[in-house]
Amino acid sequence: MNLTIARITARGLFGRRRFLLLLPLPVLLVGLALLSSWLGARPDEWTPPVVIGLGFGVVLPVMALIVGTGVLGSEIDDGTVVHILAKPLPRREIVFAKLAVAVLVTALTVGVPLFLAGLVTGLPRFAVGLVAGALVGAVAYTALFLALSLVTRRPVLVGLVYVLVWEDLLSNLLSGTRVLSIQQYVIAVADKVAPTDLLQGNVSLGVSLVMASIITVAGTVLAIDRLRSFSVAGETS
Amino acid sequence: MSLVELKGVSRWYGNVVAVNDVTMTLGPGVTGLLGPNGAGKTTVLHMMAGFLAPSRGTVTVDGQSTWRNPSVYKGLGLVSEREAVHGFLSGWDFVLASARLHRLPDPAAAARKAIDLVEMADAQHRRLATYSKGMRQRTRVAAALVHDPAVLLLDEPFNGMDPRQRLHMMDLLHAMGEQGRTVLFSSHILEEVEQVSGTVQVIVAGRLAASGDYRTIRRLMTHRPHVFSIRSNDDRRLAVALVGEPSVSGVDLSTVDGLTVRASDYGTFTRVLPKIARAEKIRVERLLPADESLESVFSYLVAS
Repeated sequence: MNLTIARITARGLFGRRRFLLLLPLPVLLVGLALLSSWLGARPDEWTPPVVIGLGFGVVLPVMALIVGTGVLGSEIDDGTVVHILAKPLPRREIVFAKLAVAVLVTALTVGVPLFLAGLVTGLPRFAVGLVAGALVGAVAYTALFLALSLVTRRPVLVGLVYVLVWEDLLSNLLSGTRVLSIQQYVIAVADKVAPTDLLQGNVSLGVSLVMASIITVAGTVLAIDRLRSFSVAGETS
Repeated sequence: MSLVELKGVSRWYGNVVAVNDVTMTLGPGVTGLLGPNGAGKTTVLHMMAGFLAPSRGTVTVDGQSTWRNPSVYKGLGLVSEREAVHGFLSGWDFVLASARLHRLPDPAAAARKAIDLVEMADAQHRRLATYSKGMRQRTRVAAALVHDPAVLLLDEPFNGMDPRQRLHMMDLLHAMGEQGRTVLFSSHILEEVEQVSGTVQVIVAGRLAASGDYRTIRRLMTHRPHVFSIRSNDDRRLAVALVGEPSVSGVDLSTVDGLTVRASDYGTFTRVLPKIARAEKIRVERLLPADESLESVFSYLVAS
């Protein structure tokens, strides 16, 4: 992995204000879990809306969206990507470094609050399951969103449509769409690692892992190919 | 010695042709890519730097295609026109990162040398976001030079520089050309090209309009016909007198706009006009060169 690119990417990511705007989301997740428990709600009452609805349904994909599209997309937007591309580096090295930073940051910012929320249920194994799900989700989502930032000029919008319309809306209405939903793979993995009544996986673990791998590899390969053909528009002055 | 070659290169965006059938070879020394705004200079530079695929033709550096070929950057440095930099990095971090990404054996020494070359050592530990435009430009040049490339491409490198920085950059480009590097810089300002390079490629409306020694092209530019707009207290009588003058190739008389005079030789005409006016006792109230825009100079080059 190219540490120079990873370092610049991480510094760029933490230096942007929009990243700070996202910190309230994980805080909200832990806060709601604590509040529900404090108010005396049973875990089976608050876990579905807080952990599944907010944690896996919003916090994980939205964090992955901001980070995944930000690691390369923001450099494309402001033109600084040219400095990295005008180097004799295989493009896969650049994509791997960016992806590694994105996965790490997403896994940390989502995994930690999910773990804490899991602990509130009093089931440590459940907390570990949530972290495992978050890890799989962080990898698949960021690979998908990183590729989106090279395919479209509006990666955040397209990503939001995928998360909100495809995963949150259609997956609840049409069971067939669940096979193409990263959120469902995340739930399946968490459920397998910590089988409880709190999570109901709709897709088998095998299908989840295979599909998550396909999305990750396809997204990465697509990103590398698009970066090889990266064009700077002839902005003649 | 490195050669940058464009053979029959065209680039279009939809129906718009940005670069049209350009063939040129750049060798060691400094070459100026001159042209008015929107002529296609940046498009040509981006194709040379591997950041744009030619729609037709080939662009090579030492025989290697630049498109989809990152290994070409081992011997090529680029200073793009867009001055975006990672503002959170210091000048030192930025140039050092560039050296590391080139996998140089001693990145720190290479970065130090490049920063010294552009005289940015004093401010190297400040964040790039705090730099002036000229300082950022010099730091970007240092980052592009850190691996000692045989080919250096610079898009409008003098933009935003004060006169002293400009002179320094000109000296730097001169020195690099004399060291046998192939240096190409684009500019829309004639004087910049005149001071830095002996060879120019003039590009107008996407076409290569002139190519070769700067002095020859400059002569073409100075000896082109000039158009003047004149107002006097007796335009008709002045017109009659001017028609007899050899440096005048045509006169239009209009009651609204006064006289429009086409002169074949700028210098001779401007010297002879006051003499004619005095001899004829005509008072010249206004004398305006009507086509002094750079675009008109370039259009003339295309036509000639």
